[in-house]
Amino acid sequence: MQRDSLALAVPLAALFLVAFIAPLCVLLALSLSGDSEFGRFTLQNYVKFFTDRFNYSILIDTLLLGIKSTAVCLVFGYPIAWVAARSSPRVQSLLLFIVVLPIMTSVVVRTFAWIVILGRYGVLNQIVQSLGLTQEPLKLLYSEVGVVIVLAQVQMPLMVLPILTVLSRIDPNLSDASQALGAGAWRTLWRVTLPLSTPGIVAGCILTYAACVTAFVTQSLIGGARLVYMPLHIYQQAVGANNWPFAAALSVIFMIAVLAAVALLNTIAARAHRHA
Amino acid sequence: MPDPVRVRDWNAASLTIAFGIATVLAAIVLIAPSIVILITSFTDSASLKFPPSGYSLRWYRALADADQMQTAALNSLIVAIWTTALSVVLGTGAAVAVSRSRGWKARLLDGLFMSPLLLPALAFGFAALIFIYRIGLRPNLPLLVLGHVIVCVPFVIRTTLAALAQLDPALADASLSLGATHAETFRRITLPLIGRGIGAGGFLAFMASFDNVPVSLFLADERTEVLPIHLWQQIETNLDVRTAAASGVIIVATLILMALAERFAGLTSQMR
Repeated sequence: MQRDSLALAVPLAALFLVAFIAPLCVLLALSLSGDSEFGRFTLQNYVKFFTDRFNYSILIDTLLLGIKSTAVCLVFGYPIAWVAARSSPRVQSLLLFIVVLPIMTSVVVRTFAWIVILGRYGVLNQIVQSLGLTQEPLKLLYSEVGVVIVLAQVQMPLMVLPILTVLSRIDPNLSDASQALGAGAWRTLWRVTLPLSTPGIVAGCILTYAACVTAFVTQSLIGGARLVYMPLHIYQQAVGANNWPFAAALSVIFMIAVLAAVALLNTIAARAHRHA
Repeated sequence: MPDPVRVRDWNAASLTIAFGIATVLAAIVLIAPSIVILITSFTDSASLKFPPSGYSLRWYRALADADQMQTAALNSLIVAIWTTALSVVLGTGAAVAVSRSRGWKARLLDGLFMSPLLLPALAFGFAALIFIYRIGLRPNLPLLVLGHVIVCVPFVIRTTLAALAQLDPALADASLSLGATHAETFRRITLPLIGRGIGAGGFLAFMASFDNVPVSLFLADERTEVLPIHLWQQIETNLDVRTAAASGVIIVATLILMALAERFAGLTSQMR
């Protein structure tokens, strides 16, 4: 039994081989060919990407968008997890329900709701203008600020849940001891609780980041046609321009970039952990 | 000189207040979209103004005649049910296998099965389309389901692995030493104990499939148009209030399903 214990994983492994690994290999092969028929080998698609400012700046914008949205998620997500970890079970369930609700509701529905809220005559502009804060309506829809706000709202659970898991495992005696020894609440948070919750923060940041940079629907609906990020760029090249080899190269570059960003986050976290 | 105890009280209070304000703000932003769209869907006018000038059920009635939307919803439901069934069967097996072994093969498989969560789903959808054409096929419903399984099965594996990690191995050992076979032990001891984990994963896989755009965008054709893509195109082209009514239906259905998943599978505790 022990020896063939991986037998139960064989069906899924076979499916992944045929329906996941093989397509990704074909994608790579197509990205290295000159035409859609897998003709002559060429690097022209990659050369085109890295020598054209329009192309590589889309990648940079996308990776930066992920950093901005993840940062907003962390700034609000950590307090939510902290409050939830200290609440009664009832309040904790309620908070968790509120956090999980957006990720369960269809992403198209959520994004649609934000269009109603952020639009030129939307809820937010009505509030801001009735308070007399601005004469002109704020341009939130089709702006990067809008995209960051919506992404942060949509992906918040991915940040809160891992942090909450780690926070609820920390021995409460540690922060009690810290405070009994004279450290204030902020100092205890900074020197004791925050370092101990690093694994949850890292896990949350990785999940949130990967979800934000790849969020095609939210990026394209809130960003509009002028704010182009990598997923929309791939889609436009594949379906709009019908340039499959170039779209394949874009996909490969984007996948490697996302994996590299995740690996980088892991490395930073491992180093921070060693120094702590 | 200030009293040190009061300094500490103020210090602690300021932290609680700051984090409390952040939490309340975030909570409002988290729920606002669902509430706004629900209220808007009951408007009696043809615009998406919020708050609506008057209320009616006319857009919900209009849904009854939205044939294309209904077909798309039915397609989505069929795809999501097949995807969930396959993900639960294949994912539970894989999770049980991976959890039993500590070798490098198990770790490699675990990483492979989880990778669709991190990789851009749109790139995978495109790769799958290229592959399907390459081997001489055309996109169809079964292939769409298989594509969905790839991106949805990680949810089942994750929650099932978490449930298996909390399982006391002594229970299975006891059952085996008392003469039960491996199959009996799995069916009568292990499965009931990890059932909630599998259920939560199945729920997440269902929602992820029903909501999937990036894979369906490439693998669904006109005959298998799915609901999120239909709605997405509606929003892109003309902001139709029927879309708001459809959103209202989706939100209420989600709430009911979530409440059921919470009741029977302890959803929020399984997701941690």
